Amino acid sequence: MLLIPCPFCGPRAEIEFRCGGEAHIVRPADPATLDDAQWADHLYFRRNPKGVHHERWWHVHGCRRWFHLTRDTVSDRILAVYPVGSRSPLASREDER
Amino acid sequence: MVRYSIFTLARNALTGHEHWPRAWRSPDPRPAYEVVIVGGGGHGLATAYYLAKEHGIRDVAVLERGWLGGGNTGRNTTIVRSNYLHPESAALYDHAVKLWRDLSQVLNFNVMYSDRGVMMLAHSQHDVHILKRHVHANRMAGVDNEWLSPQEAKEYCPPLSIDPRARYPVLGAALQRRGGVARHDAVAWGYARAADALGVDIIQNCEVTAIRRDGARVVGVETTRGYIATKKLGLVVAGHTSVLCAMAGFRMPLESVPLQALVSEPVKPVFPCVVMSNTVHAYISQSDKGELVIGAGTDQYVSYSQRGGLQVIEHALEAICELFPMFSRMRMMRQWGGIVDVTPDRSPIIGKSPVEGLYLNCGWGTGGFKATPGSGHVFAWTIAKDEPHPLAAPFSLDRFTTGRLIDEAAAAAVAH
Ligand SMILES: Cc1cc2nc3c(=O)[nH]c(=O)nc-3n(C[C@H](O)[C@H](O)[C@H](O)COP(=O)(O)OP(=O)(O)OC[C@H]3O[C@@H](n4cnc5c(N)ncnc54)[C@H](O)[C@@H]3O)c2cc1C
Ligand SMILES: [Zn+2]
Repeated sequence: MLLIPCPFCGPRAEIEFRCGGEAHIVRPADPATLDDAQWADHLYFRRNPKGVHHERWWHVHGCRRWFHLTRDTVSDRILAVYPVGSRSPLASREDER
Repeated sequence: MVRYSIFTLARNALTGHEHWPRAWRSPDPRPAYEVVIVGGGGHGLATAYYLAKEHGIRDVAVLERGWLGGGNTGRNTTIVRSNYLHPESAALYDHAVKLWRDLSQVLNFNVMYSDRGVMMLAHSQHDVHILKRHVHANRMAGVDNEWLSPQEAKEYCPPLSIDPRARYPVLGAALQRRGGVARHDAVAWGYARAADALGVDIIQNCEVTAIRRDGARVVGVETTRGYIATKKLGLVVAGHTSVLCAMAGFRMPLESVPLQALVSEPVKPVFPCVVMSNTVHAYISQSDKGELVIGAGTDQYVSYSQRGGLQVIEHALEAICELFPMFSRMRMMRQWGGIVDVTPDRSPIIGKSPVEGLYLNCGWGTGGFKATPGSGHVFAWTIAKDEPHPLAAPFSLDRFTTGRLIDEAAAAAVAH
């Protein structure tokens, strides 16, 4: 079980949280202009990397707030915690969609 | 290949079993092959076997970064069934169930397929409706599946508690009698041995580290044992599919998550069938060695760690103890995780990719062992003819673009 450092409540057990999946998937600004392939990419296609991953977490059984984590998917080690609406201190070019 | 039989067994017994030949060769990779399959799990090995057997394509290599069956094939709880909701799925999985029946004879290797029946429990009105809908849909698709009352369920599986005061009472069950279990390692070894005998090179400890393209076409792979050229590349790497597709320059609609299982100390035969409960997230059977084989759920986050959280196992065992109170004092011996590649609609992806000559067989997620023979069979056809086998066609990658999803996720909540 992960020990997750909620930026609002401090370190708590993973069972208090819900993972919201890959972070920074931006909702299309002008949906009517997207073709099917772009919709597929937005809805279904994911980086799913073996290594550094930025993801959304929700402290559902705590403060009920959302925040972001950067985690290594091989060691499961949490590398950074940062607020919604900002970029990870570990963000790289590969993260761009 | 030495044919296994009672006579070879007796002959080798006379010499103290010291002269059995290796079941397959261990060749060095050649510089080029007509077809290269990446991934030496059941699906990759079955693909190679059917390429050689049914399509006469013997210039084939299977590249495995570890040992055969060391991925999900050797980590799964081996439940085999075909009572999926949608006709496309029922047809695909039933193709496999039919191949399981005489697989031991066909491969001359005992895969220990045992059709002891798979029973899925309903714990709420919602479960009852869903499972009955499955029963009806399966009958229309020509796949056996029948509804049992709680009493009938208990008759089929005496250890089951149908106490109405339970937290998750048993309100009924769906039973597929042709379903069952098989020996996971034997499936990998049986296909490996049979493929090797037809000329396929099985190369272990050989990790693919890059995929080489010439424009839109695949031309070969870099491996830890050198460059191998090929015009046809099949990726059958389960949880690592996104990693290999990234090497070829495209993304996939997949997320890789840990899925766990565990086994108990071995005991005398006490458990006659397979029982699954999607609602409480547990499934159980007894192996021929006597261990209870128990499956748990997935972790909620992407991970390649091959370990899962302990709370997931705890949750599964709580359910097992409530459904089968007699197991509450059993000791668990081993626990492990595998990395499963989950699609948004919980159906597999079989067919072509955006790169010419690169074929995909993945997305089997938490429930692909049952499909091993059928998956290999239709995938070999797809590679050999460069067009999808009719049973595989609905499972193309472009369904995520056209929107023709085959949504077994909504249908089952989990799928094994
Ligand atoms: C705990 C658990 C329980 C399960 N229970 C069931 C069940 O009851 N019933 C059911 O039907 N299914 C079940 N499944 C799912 C099932 O195990 C899989 O769907 C199936 O085994 C996948 O087979 P495969 O051959 O595609 O993959 P794998 O057996 O995982 O084979 C893929 C291979 O690719 C290799 N590979 C990866 N990257 C590279 C590379 N770069 N180069 C070379 N080789 C590489 C890996 O080492 C691996 O051996 C379960 C899975 C788990 C983890
Ligand atoms: Zn919090």
